[in-house]
Amino acid sequence: MSSAEEIEVRLFLDAIFLRYHYDFRRYSMASLKRRITAARLHLGCETVSALQEKLLHDPDTFTRLLQYLTIQVSDMFRDPGFFRAMRERVIPELKTYPSLKIWIAGCSNGEELYSFAVLLREEGLLDRTMLYATDINPEALRKAEAGIYALDRMASFTENHRLSGARCSLSDYYSAAYGSAVFDRSLRKNVVFTDHSLATDSVFAEVQVVSCRNVLIYFDRMLQDRALGLVKDALCRRGFLGLGAKETLQFSAQAESFRELSLSDRWYQKC
Amino acid sequence: MLAVKPSKPAEAVVIGASAGALDALTVLLPAVSRELDVPIVVVVHLSPRSPSLLPDILRPRCACEVKEPDDKEPVRRGVIWLAPADYHLLIDAGRTFSFSVDEPVKFSRPSIDVLFESAAEVYRDRLVGVVLTGANDDGAIGARAIRRNGGLVLVQDPALAEAPEMPRAALSLAAPQFVGALPQIVETLTAITRRPG
Repeated sequence: MSSAEEIEVRLFLDAIFLRYHYDFRRYSMASLKRRITAARLHLGCETVSALQEKLLHDPDTFTRLLQYLTIQVSDMFRDPGFFRAMRERVIPELKTYPSLKIWIAGCSNGEELYSFAVLLREEGLLDRTMLYATDINPEALRKAEAGIYALDRMASFTENHRLSGARCSLSDYYSAAYGSAVFDRSLRKNVVFTDHSLATDSVFAEVQVVSCRNVLIYFDRMLQDRALGLVKDALCRRGFLGLGAKETLQFSAQAESFRELSLSDRWYQKC
Repeated sequence: MLAVKPSKPAEAVVIGASAGALDALTVLLPAVSRELDVPIVVVVHLSPRSPSLLPDILRPRCACEVKEPDDKEPVRRGVIWLAPADYHLLIDAGRTFSFSVDEPVKFSRPSIDVLFESAAEVYRDRLVGVVLTGANDDGAIGARAIRRNGGLVLVQDPALAEAPEMPRAALSLAAPQFVGALPQIVETLTAITRRPG
């Protein structure tokens, strides 16, 4: 027998899908439930059913809800070892391509995107690279496109950047103003920001690299397999996939399509 | 004769600790590791910027496997699972590990409350939660969730803990079935987690 709350959550996710075409039904329930509870409390609803009623009749509620359901809190150059491994293992092979396409899947507020752009500039590849930054949250995409972060986050971003093997300071890439760090607009000259869902959309380009870090952790295994299938289809042969520090292909149906390039830093290469 | 035992055999143990955790865990975990028959999942507040040394410290002292889980890894019994830095660790209904990088809870990621609340929903009255030394009140809400789902809560006596705030908060919010010194917690937990027979 299901508890009342479990039934409410299922109906709530069905309602979101039917009304707004966002599909959270195969998200990892433990973390999704926490997010729904946080949203429910902030939007002043006693029950999930009450929240459902509100969102069905008021699209503004859904816009606000989406911020609670999708935003993760990331850093620039999170896991510096990942970026160090990229410089050492991935970049040399990328340099053999005349032009490059890179997909930052689930880019959220853009911290990962700007990390990639900075690193590609440092490696002399940014000018011949097209970057696709995708997310399901339009508000997050706007923030990513703006490239403005609180200045007090820069100390840790700078340290991560240094640990990633950078030869110059992160401050070369932004200007500080009114408590904010504004990233150099030339970093996003070749970036396409676009709405894309790993749960419901299909492949849109052939790319050499996919970064999909700390996105799959929010999905259940079935949805992970779907998303990884998209990633596999988007990658060219010998294309690279970067995952988050706790994400692995080990439990996935797509495991055999990839080989481990650097397991400790979660870089994979398509066979 | 033990002071408490769960009404039903425990299927999992969750432990939370913060300031003073290392001393407490290097006593507790090696002792229970010898005949461990359930999973033990441990959240310690860690600096997000340095890799945790905890697995390396505990592994040689414990008789069982000691591991940081990966996403979607099954929660195997007989293993001591340590939450990695800078992620919330949760348990999903299919008894697999799940992670999030949602914002810190009580300034902490991993948060003890996040683990405890998710585990309480999955294991219900087959869960044992332990709150040890610590300097903030993370874990109290989680311990209350374990109680409300019929589980057993053990709390280190604040007067005897290196940092009293965390066990004190759990004590006042969760009405634990057992409060005691570390050696008593070791004894109780060993009995609960031991292989039968």
